[in-house]
Amino acid sequence: MRRTGPLKLCLICGVVMIIQFFIPHRFSKNLFEEAVHWLIVCGVPALVIGYYSIFHVHWTKIRRKREGWGYSIIIFAAVIIVALIGFIWGIGEKSVFMKIYQYMTMTMQATMFSLLGFYMASAAFRSFKARTPEATLLLIVALVVMFGRVPIGESVFIKLKLPNLVEWILMYPNMAAQRGIGLGVGLGIMATSLKIMLGIERGWLGGAGK
Amino acid sequence: MRHIKIIYLFFFAFPLFAQEVDTIPLTQKFAPPSDVRAFDTPNDAGRAITVQWKLSPDDLLLSGYEIYRSEVPDTGYQYVGYMGRGISTIRDNRGVEDNTSYYYKVRGRTSTYEYSEFSPPSSSVSSSSQWYHKGKTNVLIGLPLFIFLIFWAVFQAKMGKPLFIRKIAGLDSLEEAVGRATEMGKPVLYVPGLSAISDIATIASMNILSQVAKKTAEYNTPIIVPNRDPIVMSVAQEVVKEAAIEKGRPDYYNPDRVFFLTSSQFAYAAGVCGIMTREKPATNLFIGMFWAESLLLAETGNMTGAIQIAGTDAVTQLPFFVTACDYTIMGEELYAASAYLSKNPSLVGGIKGQDYNKLVIFMFLALGTIFGLLGNNFIINLFK
Repeated sequence: MRRTGPLKLCLICGVVMIIQFFIPHRFSKNLFEEAVHWLIVCGVPALVIGYYSIFHVHWTKIRRKREGWGYSIIIFAAVIIVALIGFIWGIGEKSVFMKIYQYMTMTMQATMFSLLGFYMASAAFRSFKARTPEATLLLIVALVVMFGRVPIGESVFIKLKLPNLVEWILMYPNMAAQRGIGLGVGLGIMATSLKIMLGIERGWLGGAGK
Repeated sequence: MRHIKIIYLFFFAFPLFAQEVDTIPLTQKFAPPSDVRAFDTPNDAGRAITVQWKLSPDDLLLSGYEIYRSEVPDTGYQYVGYMGRGISTIRDNRGVEDNTSYYYKVRGRTSTYEYSEFSPPSSSVSSSSQWYHKGKTNVLIGLPLFIFLIFWAVFQAKMGKPLFIRKIAGLDSLEEAVGRATEMGKPVLYVPGLSAISDIATIASMNILSQVAKKTAEYNTPIIVPNRDPIVMSVAQEVVKEAAIEKGRPDYYNPDRVFFLTSSQFAYAAGVCGIMTREKPATNLFIGMFWAESLLLAETGNMTGAIQIAGTDAVTQLPFFVTACDYTIMGEELYAASAYLSKNPSLVGGIKGQDYNKLVIFMFLALGTIFGLLGNNFIINLFK
């Protein structure tokens, strides 16, 4: 049962969802919405497992006094303090909880996101070196696209009609490559789904697949 | 007497005339829309009616059209929607009940709320749910063909027919990458993407994790798998545990190394970057679905000097991985990886089946291009 149960369930759900795709009737629409709700419902208990995992990892770290165990204490303290603040003063728009979210969590996330600009510059510096003919081509195209997408490039190279060239690069060679990859991905998704439904691909089942 | 007439005209008749122009019922200033046609919206779940009309000849003077509905043709019309100038279709799903007759009228409206006359009412119409989506007939025909080609290739592979699969550098280097970590005595970091288990890319990632974990278990090299999704974490734990058991090393599996980090995107990126800088893994594998954090992860890994292999079907993130990683498994290669690594004939057959399907699509593309250039859109229309 442990072996065949998940496979049978997967096959039945897969076939039902394929049939559902062709039926626009309200019954079919409701079935799909119900399946999506189930997915959400299944995710909620899983979150408990996730938080247990965090607890276990950091508790073990503190207990065994592993390197950086002090940071694990900070994690527990942060979880407890923020939860208590939420319980005591609520989570309304002007609450302390929301202020923590807005002025600490959001700010830290924005900081991480903004690092992307610096990383992009360092990655570009490394990649755009004309070592091979392909890299040279990449460098030229990148320069054309970069200059063509900023107002200064447009005004300096106005006679070359740079924005038009950039538009052409993006609409034709770039789009063709993206569609080629997209086509392969689509077929890959369909084939993998089919193999999973039929039990040919079982790696995702872990121990249950054996 | 003539002067009196002129004075009369100047002081009375002209103002009256001017007033009359201004006070002409404005509904007569603009021609109404016409030929209102209402029909049950095709291929839907019901409770929706599509209304079409012929634009008013004064369309350019109007700001748009107001659409009214009633259950009887002569009275009781109620406003149900507004569409801008130049648009002659609306899908009405405001409180529409199936199997109830409705009539529609349309009138033009200017930006200063002046109105044209109403159009004549449409003929009676009612909505209903459909049991088959006629627009998906091409998919219905294509799907069995797709399945047949996959099955045929799998059957051929099972019969022992050698099937050629081109070399995928990123997958060939996995063994080398794990070997490097073993030699250096450092762990392998496996990031299974940031998406949920419902994403096929994540399932493909789990399949690859299974192969990677078998190799790390064989060499007794620690593997670290931080997760963003608790369900993915549970699956990853099972996959690593099973790989360890299969390689005869059940003690290899450590649940503290396959763990949940956080569900927040950039906090997860920060966490993984922290692991990379603290633990200094010899090999970083980024396989699955990634978004904006891809470059943050790959660039940090690059700075730590780890050998990096990335695999994703997110087209927008591929350039970042190509730039910052040693090998990149692109698009469909991600789905072929499990078969490529395991050499399982059934799985390899599946990849071959995909190639056959690609050939069929390519043939249609070529034929569609040729016929399209000749002015015949028959093949293009097949895919609409």
